[in-house]
Amino acid sequence: MTTRVGVVTFPGSLDDRDAQRAVRLAGAEPVALWHRDKDLHQVDAVVLPGGFSYGDYLRCGAISRFSPVMETIIEQAKLGMPVLGICNGFQVLCESHLLPGALTRNDSLHFICRDQKLRIENAGTAWTRDYSAGQEIVVPLKNGEGRFVADEHVLDALEAEGRVVARYVDVNPNGSYRDIAGITNAAGNVVGLMPHPEHAVEPLTGPTTEGLGFFTSVLKQLVNA
Amino acid sequence: MTLDTVKNAEQTPDAAQPWAELGLKEDEYSRIREILGRRPTGAELAMYSVMWSEHCSYKSSKVHLKQFGEKAPENDAMLVGIGENAGVVDVGQGYAVTFKVESHNHPSYIEPYQGAATGIGGIVRDILAMGARPVAVMDPLRFGAADHPDTRRVLPGIVAGIGGYGNCLGLPNIGGEVVFDSCYQGNPLVNALCVGVMKHEDIHLAKASGPGNKVILYGARTGGDGIGGVSVLASETFDATGPAKRPAVQVGDPFQEKLLIECTLEIFKEDLVAGIQDLGGAGLSCATSELASAGTGGMRIELDTVPLRDNTLSPEEILMSESQERMCAIVEPGKVDRFLEICEKWDVIATVIGEVTDGERLEIFWHGEQVVDVPPRTVAHEGPTYQRPFARPSWQDALQADAPTAERLVRPTTGEGLKADLLKVASHPNQASKSWITDQYDRYVLGNTVLSVGEDSGMIRIDEETNLGVSVATDGNGRYTKLDPYTGAQLALAEAYRNVAAGGAKPLAVSDCLNFGSPEDPDVMWQFAEATRGLADACQVLGTPVTGGNVSLYNQTGEVAIHPTPVVAVLGVIDDVTRRTPIGFAEEGQLLYLLGDTADELGGSAWSQVVHQHLGGLPPKVDLERERLLGEILIAGSRDGMIDAAHDLSDGGLGQALVESCLKGGKGARVVVPEGQDPFVFLFSESAGRAVVSVPRSEELRFNDMCGARGLPATRIGVVDGDVLDVQGQFGVSLAELKDAHTGVIEALLA
Repeated sequence: MTTRVGVVTFPGSLDDRDAQRAVRLAGAEPVALWHRDKDLHQVDAVVLPGGFSYGDYLRCGAISRFSPVMETIIEQAKLGMPVLGICNGFQVLCESHLLPGALTRNDSLHFICRDQKLRIENAGTAWTRDYSAGQEIVVPLKNGEGRFVADEHVLDALEAEGRVVARYVDVNPNGSYRDIAGITNAAGNVVGLMPHPEHAVEPLTGPTTEGLGFFTSVLKQLVNA
Repeated sequence: MTLDTVKNAEQTPDAAQPWAELGLKEDEYSRIREILGRRPTGAELAMYSVMWSEHCSYKSSKVHLKQFGEKAPENDAMLVGIGENAGVVDVGQGYAVTFKVESHNHPSYIEPYQGAATGIGGIVRDILAMGARPVAVMDPLRFGAADHPDTRRVLPGIVAGIGGYGNCLGLPNIGGEVVFDSCYQGNPLVNALCVGVMKHEDIHLAKASGPGNKVILYGARTGGDGIGGVSVLASETFDATGPAKRPAVQVGDPFQEKLLIECTLEIFKEDLVAGIQDLGGAGLSCATSELASAGTGGMRIELDTVPLRDNTLSPEEILMSESQERMCAIVEPGKVDRFLEICEKWDVIATVIGEVTDGERLEIFWHGEQVVDVPPRTVAHEGPTYQRPFARPSWQDALQADAPTAERLVRPTTGEGLKADLLKVASHPNQASKSWITDQYDRYVLGNTVLSVGEDSGMIRIDEETNLGVSVATDGNGRYTKLDPYTGAQLALAEAYRNVAAGGAKPLAVSDCLNFGSPEDPDVMWQFAEATRGLADACQVLGTPVTGGNVSLYNQTGEVAIHPTPVVAVLGVIDDVTRRTPIGFAEEGQLLYLLGDTADELGGSAWSQVVHQHLGGLPPKVDLERERLLGEILIAGSRDGMIDAAHDLSDGGLGQALVESCLKGGKGARVVVPEGQDPFVFLFSESAGRAVVSVPRSEELRFNDMCGARGLPATRIGVVDGDVLDVQGQFGVSLAELKDAHTGVIEALLA
C-alpha cells in the first residue's frame, strides 16, 4: 500500500504544491488537506507547508493554529503521527504548543532568501532517519520571521534531550538562538524546520537534492512501524 | 451635499464643476458636455476624469503606439494582441503564456513600500484576468545616484514592498534590473512584470456580453485609498510646492490577493465567467466602462450595493477609488450561485452589483436614483487623442558630437591601468552584485525556477512531464536612448532578445514599459516618437510583436526629465529546460569564444560613466540581422550541447561579462587579446550583437563549423582555468579580489 502524506492548505499557504511534489518524488502519495476540513483522509503523516497563512497577520501561525484541521492534527500528533512543519508550518507547530519556543522577526529585519548550509544534529526523528548525525546539507532558506527563540532552560533542555534537529552552519541567517534551524518533540514524530527541504529535491530547480531525505525518512519510518 | 443625479444635471446646466481639480483640460470638459448633451453629473465627471487621464487613455502616446500594430510582424504564436489586459502567446503543447510589464513609478516615489507593493498586485491581476495562473514576477528598477541620501529612503522601501507583496503571493521573483543614475533622482522607475501560464482553452477576455448576465464585484471592500491615482498622480509632473500626494497612493493586502488568485482560478476551472476584468487604475470606472464598451454596450449598476470599508464614501469616490485586490466578473445567472460558493470557500467577499442590459448605455444608480447615463465607449475607448508637437532637441547634436574618443577621455594603456578600470566598473553600483536586493525576494516558491538571480534571463519550467519552459529578460539603457532614442530603443530590444537566446530559449514576443518625461515638452515627445518608431521597426525585423505594455509619462520633476527609458521585455520558449545555458564558467579546460564583432564603441558605455562621468557621442550600432543570427547560434549551441555557458555582452563590455561569469561559476579564465585588437577596446567596448560562450573541447570543431557555415564571427579568446582572471600580457586579478570589488557594494551604501 502506498504511504499517504497529507499536505495542508491554509488560506495563504504557498509551498503546498512544492511539498506535494517532494512527497511524490520520495515515493509517497501526496494528499491535499483543506484547513476547514477536520478529516485527515486516512493519511499516515502530515506536512504543514511554508507560506503566509492568514497573511501572517496578528502573529505568524497564530490564526491557523485554530483551523479545524489543526484540531485533528494536534490530536494525532500526540498519538505519534509524523508531522513536519516547514517555515510557516514550524510557526504553526509552535503556536499549537506541539513544539516549544517561537519564531520572531529576523535580526536583519529583512526577508532573506539564500542557499543555506545546515548540520543534521539528530538523525533519529521520523523525518531525519535517512541522514546521519553530523551530516551537512544545503537547502534553500526563505523567511522574514525565522529567528528561533526560547528561554535558556528550554534551550538547555532541547540540547540535553537531543531535540535540536538541525543547526545553521557558516552563517546564522536570522539570529536564531544557538543557531537552531529545526527542533523535534520528545517523541521524535513532530519536527519543525525553518529552511525548505522541499525546494531541494530536483537538480534542475534546487541548489542540491539534499532536502529529499526528510521525505524519504518518513516513508521508512512508516514502513518499519 | 445633495446627490447630483442625471435629472439634477439636466436642471442645473450652469452649476460650476471641479473639472480642473480632477485633471481635465477645458476642451476635454467641453467635449464631455457635447457627448452627453448636458453637463455631466459629479459621478460622470469623476469617471471621465480618470478614464481620460494620460495613464488610462494614452492620449499623448496612442498616435505613436499604433505603429506596434501596423508594423507587427507575422507571428503564428500570437493568440491575443494589444488591447486586452495582457497579450497571450502560444508556446506549444497546448500551453499559452501571457506576460506584461507595467509601471508604478509615481506612487513608489511618494510611498515606496506601498507604491511598489501595489505595482506587483496590479500586474498580477492583469495576468490573472486573462485566465492564467501567475507563475513569476520580475522588476526593472531605476534609482537616483546610489550615494544620494534620498536613494536610501526610496530603495529599501521599494525593495521591501516588492518582496513583501510578491513573497506573500507565492510568486518567484526571477530577475529584473537595478540601475542608478542621477537623472532618476526625483523620479525612480518601478516597473513590474508578471508571467502567467494557461491552456489555450482557458483564455478569458474583458467584455460584458449577454443581456441578463450578472456583474459581480469580488475581492476586497472598497475604501477611500487611491482616489484619483491615475489622474492626479500618474498624469502630472511633480511640483515641489504642491500639496503632498500620499492619499492618492493605494495600500496593498497581499493575503487578500493570494485568496483572489486561488478563488479566481477555481472559478475559471469550472468555466463560470463570460468576461472578467481586474480593478486597477481608475477602479470601478474603468472596469464597468471597459467591460461594457468591449461587450454589447449596455450595463446597469447599483452602486450602493458595493461593499465598503468606509460608509461615508460618495458615489464619485466609489467610482474613482483604486482600492486593491478587487475583480469584476460577468456571470450567467445560472452560474451565480456556484460562483458565490467558491468565493465563500476562499473567504472572498462577492456581490452582484448589476447586470448586462440590452441597451447601449452604462447606467449607474445610487439608492434608486440615476447618477450615470453614458455611452461606455466614450468613457473607455474614445477618449481624447493628442497630436503633441515634437521636435529634435536643440542640444541633441552637441550631445552626439561629444564622442568619447581617446583624445576626449583618457584611456588606460597599461595592464595596471586596465585592471584598475575593470575593478572600477565591476564595483560601481550599476555593475556590482545586486544580491542585497535579490536575497529579499523568494526565487524558489512553486519549485519551477530554472534560471534566476544573476543570470541573463529568468527561466521557469511550465510542464514537469515534458520540461517545456519559458524565459523572460528585461532591458533598457536610458543612456543609450538619451544619445539616440531610435537606436537606444532598438538596443533595449536587442539586448533582451540576446539575453533570452543566451539562456537557450527562442524569443517569441515583446512587452514594453515606456518611461519618459512630460509629453508637453516637445523634446521629450520627440524622444518618445523616435523610441517607439525604433522599437516598432526592430520588432518587425526580429519577428517579435509587441503584445502589450504600458506608457509612463510625466517622469520629471520641474524642468528636468529622466533619460528616456524604454524597458523592453522579451519572452522566449524552450522545449527542454534541462538544456538551459547558465552564465557561469564552471568547467575548467573549456574554451572561451567571443561571438560577434568588436568595434571602438564607447558612447553611453559603463566605462565612460564610471571612470569619466561622461555621456556623449552615439550609442553602439544596431545590426538586427546579426542579433538574429547570434540568437540562432546560441539556441542551437545550447540545444545540441555545444555550449555549456553563455553570457551576453552589454554594459561594461567583455571585461564585465568575464567578471560575472567567473564569479558565478567559481572558476578563473585565461584570456588572450586577439592579434591587432586594442586591449582597452577589447575589454570595455559595448558593441552590440556579442556574447561570450564556454565550449567543451570535444565540441570545438562542431561549434566552429556551425559558426563558420552560418557566417557568425567566432574568436577563440581563452580557456576556463584556475582562480584568476588573467588577461595575458596585461594583468591578472584573483577571483577573491574580484569578489571583494563586486559584492557588498549596495549594502555598504545603504548601511
